[in-house]
Amino acid sequence: MNILFMLIIISLFIAIIFFIIFVRSVKTGQYDDVYSPSVRMLFEDEIVKDENVDDNKTNSK
Amino acid sequence: MQKETCYHCGADCNSGTIYFDDKPFCCNGCKTVYEILNQNELTCYYDFEQAPGTIPAEIKGKYDYLDNEEIADKLIEFNDGSTSVVNFYIPSIHCSSCIWVLENLDRLNKGVKTTLVNFPKKEIRITFKNEETSLKDIVELITSIGYEPFISLEDSEGKKAKIDRTLLYQVALAGFAFGNIMMLSFPEYFEVDEFWLNKYKPFFRFLMFAFSVPVVVYSAKDYLISAYKGLKHNILNIDVPISLGILVLFTRSTYEIISQTGPGYFDSLTGLIFFLLLGKVFQQRTYNFLSFERDYKSYFPIAITKINKDNSHVSIPVHEIEKGDRLLIRNEEIIPVDGIMINGDALLDYSFVTGESMPVTKISGDKVFAGGKQTSGAIEIEVLQSVTQSYLTQLWSNDIFSKNNTKNIKNITDSISKYFTIIILFIALFAGVYWFFIDKTIAFQVVSAVLIIACPCALALSAPFALGNMLRIFGKNKFYLKNTNVIEDISRINTLVFDKTGTITTNKGSKISYEGEHLNDLEIESIKSVLRSSNHPLSRMLYEHLPKTELMEVKNFKEILGKGIQGSVNDLDIQLGSASYMDIDPEILLSTFTYIKVNNKLKGKYIFNNEYREGLKESFQKLSKNYGLSILSGDNAGEKQNLEHLLPENSQLLFNQKPEDKLNFIKKLQEKENNVMMLGDGLNDAGALAQSNVGIAISENINVFSPACDGILDAEEFKNLPNYINLSKKSMSVIKISFGLSFLYNIIGMLFAVSGNLSPIVAAILMPLSSISVVTFVTLSTNFISKKTLNS
Repeated sequence: MNILFMLIIISLFIAIIFFIIFVRSVKTGQYDDVYSPSVRMLFEDEIVKDENVDDNKTNSK
Repeated sequence: MQKETCYHCGADCNSGTIYFDDKPFCCNGCKTVYEILNQNELTCYYDFEQAPGTIPAEIKGKYDYLDNEEIADKLIEFNDGSTSVVNFYIPSIHCSSCIWVLENLDRLNKGVKTTLVNFPKKEIRITFKNEETSLKDIVELITSIGYEPFISLEDSEGKKAKIDRTLLYQVALAGFAFGNIMMLSFPEYFEVDEFWLNKYKPFFRFLMFAFSVPVVVYSAKDYLISAYKGLKHNILNIDVPISLGILVLFTRSTYEIISQTGPGYFDSLTGLIFFLLLGKVFQQRTYNFLSFERDYKSYFPIAITKINKDNSHVSIPVHEIEKGDRLLIRNEEIIPVDGIMINGDALLDYSFVTGESMPVTKISGDKVFAGGKQTSGAIEIEVLQSVTQSYLTQLWSNDIFSKNNTKNIKNITDSISKYFTIIILFIALFAGVYWFFIDKTIAFQVVSAVLIIACPCALALSAPFALGNMLRIFGKNKFYLKNTNVIEDISRINTLVFDKTGTITTNKGSKISYEGEHLNDLEIESIKSVLRSSNHPLSRMLYEHLPKTELMEVKNFKEILGKGIQGSVNDLDIQLGSASYMDIDPEILLSTFTYIKVNNKLKGKYIFNNEYREGLKESFQKLSKNYGLSILSGDNAGEKQNLEHLLPENSQLLFNQKPEDKLNFIKKLQEKENNVMMLGDGLNDAGALAQSNVGIAISENINVFSPACDGILDAEEFKNLPNYINLSKKSMSVIKISFGLSFLYNIIGMLFAVSGNLSPIVAAILMPLSSISVVTFVTLSTNFISKKTLNS
């Protein structure tokens, strides 16, 4: 029956770790601006594409 | 001819289209931005959105003051010698292309390490290497691509307060504990008599206790502190019964698990705190992009160019301006002090101060007041008063601005909680005494049960949810309020005071009418052609007003600043301008005129009249039924007759009001026990807005400056003002009904408690049930009334 005891302790431990991670993410300002990152995420590809286009241009010359 | 729009900013290209790279541009500025982006392979900017740009502002010399280290230091947030971090507010950020180009700033300036845009706040955070670039270079760079940062005197005064995230932590903790305790107390709910459950009971109960301690100590601390403070000042606010409930719940539950008589009410305790905090979160609706605290400092420049005796220029902080200094005011700069014009032709735009859209012409020797924005070329002024002594800024020395918003009116929840608290204490006492004689052992239980069930969770939630929801609805309808208390204040008003210029008149454009001899098509065509060459605001307005025609070539065009323009078209000599330019005796200047001469013969005049906002008359008519109306104007009585037509009979009309007069007018109304709502738009209304019970700023563009106020109303929605006031009143009725509903739950709970039958499971069901149903009720009914009121 001690296994139940163990399991509860472990599950609580994990829950508390997640809670701490959440608090830290708030503290570092991750929730201050919830709009810009959603747009920013789409940009990374665009820059790469842009560079590819330039490569193509130089190649074709 | 096909209409072309600028590839960069999307504005109509008139005949002066510039072609570059096969793309049309409306002006050189836009073309330059495209060139810069093109050279640096950033043309992707134009792929995200169509024509995302803004026309860059003229900046030559404007940011020289950033080389002054003292000023630069005030703006830089962090500097470790090699790298610096700076934060700018950029009003022109408006789309995803903006984010993209600004975050690729390092391609344009190698000294920039990283840039991060906060879109909702329209802020940019730039990290740069001190050795490779300077603050001035960066500011000039972003300005040159159309993103001019807004740097004001306010930025120099201390860093902004840190964001307070305590509430979020408190909710997270309460929610976390609530969930876990719920799970741990589940076996207890069903009273299963299994061996292993019984064996672990003490352990489970201890865990529940351990979870609820931080919730009471940390998450609920604001309620406990507020209740303590209230009691200290002999006020029974809503936090008193809440704290009482929390403390009784906690002590009784702790006693139960120690004495092993029961599982306690830890689930109800944490649930209660969690729901209450959720209500607080819901109530807190902030408009990141708006500021309700602005004063003249957020509008005035941080530094200005001083002309030394030897004619050299030096940038000095605005605070250091002294009487007798000579200042250089460049185009688009704001005059920070009162002074006398020495040199140049001033065309001052006072729209931020008075709401008057028409610029004022000043010539040397004229007195100029602080707050005007120069709009044509550079001028020199001699300082008469330092910044804080100037005509406009003196207003802020008034007491009303130093009082820290102590409009201490009790809100609706607190005013009812007084009676509530007294009643429950009576019931608890009565039940305690009764059971004491019947069965001493359960007297303590009954008293604590009464206090637990009386905890006004639903009561405390109804106002935050109703008002929070209203705040959102108002926000969607472009009426932005500072906080939920403003809605309560609005529902109490009985008098409305309006500023005239810029508040009930529109800021952009005026009604133009013509008086005089009939002009034939050819003459109109010629006038329009002449106007096209002039940049004077009146010329531009008139140009827009005249019907579309072919434009002719203008010969001998001449513009005499502050007077008028002339030119010859189609063999006609056209002259346009003021009375003095035309050598006519000036008429009494009640509105703005432009005279027309064709071939040296006076033809007539164009009259620029203030245009009143759409639906003004209807709004006034509706409002006058229930409210006293007054209009205060800083102008002369020129519009008196027009206004009298618009206004209901019993309203007051006052002209030539100085900023202090407006403030005192409101004060006098309030002394007669009136609740006043002030509507204004400019800095000169700031005193009246602060003094009034509810100060609403009317704004044509909510992103630009508006003075400190309780709410900002988009000018387009002005006609809806009576509806908004009405709606505020109705939402207060909704709250009152929901109070009735929550009392009903309290009575039901009380029956359980007084009879000594309050088991943990009853409490655990009743508490969330009452809260959720009350919240649902207020949300649905506020949605319903707003739909009904706003669509009617």
